[in-house]
Amino acid sequence: MTSPLIIELSLPGRSGAKLPVPDVPVKDVASLLPAGMVREEPPNLPEVSEVDVVRHYTRLSSLNYGVDTGFYPLGSCTMKYNPKINEDMAALPGFTGLHPYQPEHLAQGALALMYRLERYLCEIAGMDRFTLQPAAGAHGELTGMMIIKAYHEHRGETQRTKVIIPDSAHGTNPATATMVGCETVTIPSNERGGVDLDALRRAVGEDTAGLMLTNPNTLGLFDENIIEVCRIVHEAGGLVYCDGANMNAIMGMARPGDMGFDVVHLNLHKTFGTPHGGGGPGSGPVGVKEFLVPYLPRPLVDRIMDPTGEEKYVLNYEGKHSIGRVKSFYGNFGVMVKAYAYIRTLGARGLKEASEIAVLNANYQKEKLKHTYKLPYDRTCMHEFVLSAKNLKETGVRTLDIAKRLLDYGFHPGTIYFPLIVEEAMMIEPTETESKETLDRFIEALEKIAQEAAENPELVTGAPHTTPVKRLDDVTAARKPVLRW
Amino acid sequence: MAGYVPHNEKEKKLMLEAIGIDSIDELFTDIPAEIRLTGDLDLPPAMSEIELVRHMGELSRKNTSTGEKLCFLGAGAYDHYVPSVVKHLVQRSEFYTAYTPYQAEVSQGTLQSIFEFQSMICELTGMDVANASMYDGATAVAEAAIMACRVTGRKRVLVSEAVHPEYRQVLRTYARGLQLMVEEIAAGDGRTSAGELEKTMGQDVGCVIVQNPNFFGIVEDGPSLGEIIHRYKALYIVCADPISLGLLKAPGDYGADIVVGEAQGLGNSLNFGGPYVGFFATRKKYMRKMPGRIVGQTVDREGKRGFVLTIQAREQHIRREKATSNICSNEALCALAATIYLSCLGRQGLRQVAELCLQKARYAYERLTELEGVEPVFTGPFFKEFVIKTKRHPGEVNEYLLQHNIIGGLDLGRFYPRLSGGMLFCVTEARSREDIDYLVDRMGALK
Amino acid sequence: MIPKNLKYSKEHEWVKEENGIVRVGITDYAQEALGDVVFVELPEVGDSFAAGEAFGSVESVKAVSDCYMPVSGTVKTVNEALLESPELVNEDPYGKGWMIEIEPDNKEELEELMSAAEYEEYLATLEEGDE
Repeated sequence: MTSPLIIELSLPGRSGAKLPVPDVPVKDVASLLPAGMVREEPPNLPEVSEVDVVRHYTRLSSLNYGVDTGFYPLGSCTMKYNPKINEDMAALPGFTGLHPYQPEHLAQGALALMYRLERYLCEIAGMDRFTLQPAAGAHGELTGMMIIKAYHEHRGETQRTKVIIPDSAHGTNPATATMVGCETVTIPSNERGGVDLDALRRAVGEDTAGLMLTNPNTLGLFDENIIEVCRIVHEAGGLVYCDGANMNAIMGMARPGDMGFDVVHLNLHKTFGTPHGGGGPGSGPVGVKEFLVPYLPRPLVDRIMDPTGEEKYVLNYEGKHSIGRVKSFYGNFGVMVKAYAYIRTLGARGLKEASEIAVLNANYQKEKLKHTYKLPYDRTCMHEFVLSAKNLKETGVRTLDIAKRLLDYGFHPGTIYFPLIVEEAMMIEPTETESKETLDRFIEALEKIAQEAAENPELVTGAPHTTPVKRLDDVTAARKPVLRW
Repeated sequence: MAGYVPHNEKEKKLMLEAIGIDSIDELFTDIPAEIRLTGDLDLPPAMSEIELVRHMGELSRKNTSTGEKLCFLGAGAYDHYVPSVVKHLVQRSEFYTAYTPYQAEVSQGTLQSIFEFQSMICELTGMDVANASMYDGATAVAEAAIMACRVTGRKRVLVSEAVHPEYRQVLRTYARGLQLMVEEIAAGDGRTSAGELEKTMGQDVGCVIVQNPNFFGIVEDGPSLGEIIHRYKALYIVCADPISLGLLKAPGDYGADIVVGEAQGLGNSLNFGGPYVGFFATRKKYMRKMPGRIVGQTVDREGKRGFVLTIQAREQHIRREKATSNICSNEALCALAATIYLSCLGRQGLRQVAELCLQKARYAYERLTELEGVEPVFTGPFFKEFVIKTKRHPGEVNEYLLQHNIIGGLDLGRFYPRLSGGMLFCVTEARSREDIDYLVDRMGALK
Repeated sequence: MIPKNLKYSKEHEWVKEENGIVRVGITDYAQEALGDVVFVELPEVGDSFAAGEAFGSVESVKAVSDCYMPVSGTVKTVNEALLESPELVNEDPYGKGWMIEIEPDNKEELEELMSAAEYEEYLATLEEGDE
């Protein structure tokens, strides 16, 4: 059950375009453009009717699995339900039709929304100001680390070029450190899955730019030593960066700013219910403490009182030590609208409840599954937990096979083979929007698969059996790349 | 509670029992007491859906949408018409509620549409390979410069001053950490100066970035610039408007090594500046140096065609600190909109849109510059944007036009002090002759 | 599978010296650990590297591994066949899957490498560490 490529549906002369005929005098194109710059042949785009387009992409959509299809416990991605009303709000013509360069007085609603969203994020994260420019989590990391680097440079401490990163970290952390011109120093995790304090003490020094830490971390564990961790780095003159990818566990419970973090990014497309779009658009705002505000990208949205005493929202481009822009215009505004609507719908209590139930759901599944799979860190988890399928290895069944078999049961699997420090890892994040019935069905499926691995391993290693395509050959794809028609 | 939590009290209790604890609070004991919040966050109270709709409606009405005015503003964000089909299809939640397609067998919809996007971008740009998208045109330019410097092992980046000012700002931000030296090439007459380029070039230049059509709307002499750049074995980066490529020569056919740009104009709304979608394409020999996700074609166990994320060893989750970039999430849904847009327009349709823009912009330019007191600033051939100057300050002109329901051109003095007084107007296929005549009429009435 | 006539490095490269030229590849253990090799990045002929420096890399679908110079030297030949057929590294790591030939700067460095027996012992210590 695959689908032809749209180009394979082409019939010369067919078109889905309904364009106006030119209503202005038409000149010879050759007289309007430089001789060597006119295309001789039109680009090889599909020639299809509007109905063809609709059917083709409707069909493609049916080959996809989304949160609306079913349970999607992809660890570290917070695949919670994306409220429909937020889509409607972001589609209001008063938002979608705004040109970024139109006069500010014609965009007061949009600027007010951005201003307030920033205030809410400050309150939730315990920070003083946020930039809304970054388009995704990794983009936020880049922004945050540029701020840390610029801070040290401004103070004349140009030797601070080492970024300390725990071995459990997401790959974007070290990749980001390199992009800002720093070197990565990897430190091991301790036996409870947290930062090894002695290793951290040994790693810090006069060359430390900072520490990048996810808390709760990528094992789904809250680092109990977080205050001490931040103190060690600060005493060495470094700053502490919080990868806020896992904020969904602690809304209203604890704030990165209170823990001692100087910089944090949040993922609006994870924590605040905006959909992931099959790989974006996301939004990765970055919050900082007061002393780092001068380094934030500009413009920021400020609220002022005009002479008549009326409230006005303005774009403020002044920033003495600003790292500069990280994106054109003001960030992914459309995503901000959805996150804003989400926060307004839930309020303080609703956000806290979301975190409470996310953590409850994860612990429930962890407790039920720890008898069937290996649980490398047997302690209370936050909103996600990591299992290992190492115990099934002798049956020949690997984590990848389990993931594929889950597809047959109608579930999206968790994140697999991450974090790297857990062998045969499966990282499961149920989120708060899933009912007990759904959680139970998923638990049963994983138990059943473990049984199948013992009794009939080929059933598992041959999975998936029910999907539109069977297991795909990644090796050939990478050896002999075919990247276009 | 107004949230999206399905549990009732009984279920919560059953779950707590299964865990072996009495209260949810016990799950949070790893958080040290001194940082554990005791009160509620200071946020406005929760809203019902009815209240939310009212509130958001009020906020949105404090804006004046381009839909309520005649928009002649462009400068990197374009009011091209978005066919209804595009909106309907990208609203299918199987697309928008999926994550990055890690499990290929249940993500063929996203994967195939990205493969189609990559293919179409290659067709437009004349390149061999394209990635799944970048955050926007600005970051695509910055990533292209980083890649070019890595490929050439050189540290100097030359960028035409006729590249979008905000793109140049982003380029400088990205370049700083990697200690790339960014220098600008003058574009005094609105075109990148070949003479200046020649003077500034050297064997240490990793790449030269040219926007085409450039920020002033002018179509650059792509081949001549490429000839100079390649003489120094630097990479030629072209930042292109994809709509223009229905009519203009593919940058790959005049020597570009990397072609990037902003694809907002392909089926995405203005959205106050985002989400937009950058594209990134290059030649096959640089395939493994590219940033970002790439989808490739393969077969399944039964030999059926399918698509997967591929050549991933470049990326952060595998190569970590040695990755080509840290990007992972991109702008997949906006890329889908672009793919559907291009499918809908097709081979002839894109050319028609491009020609409509060209002809209408030319008509507007000629009518406007016939007016007394309105002068062209540059003479070069242009695509859908052009620069004019009046006797009045652009702020005054725009204020006057607004009173007559028109959103006027960009005040160039904002980015180019030497061009103070200049206004950049944009005319897309969505403006009618009547709209243009009305603009001309109002400009004529402004004394 | 550890051929007796070769020498080995701790980074799992093998070397074979013949008429003053040293051929380098990765061991069977290394290719097994990596899984299906999908791409091999090789240096240019004429490039010089110190012992321990990375001269190229081997990619599988989910991993990438640098290849290190067992001894210092200058690259004389690269195995171009790997560019089209990276699977040779899996299929025949000690034969058709070789990577580069170098002219060593200092032949004495070869003496510091492990013998087949020593490499086998070394692998045994790694396996222990695993559990």
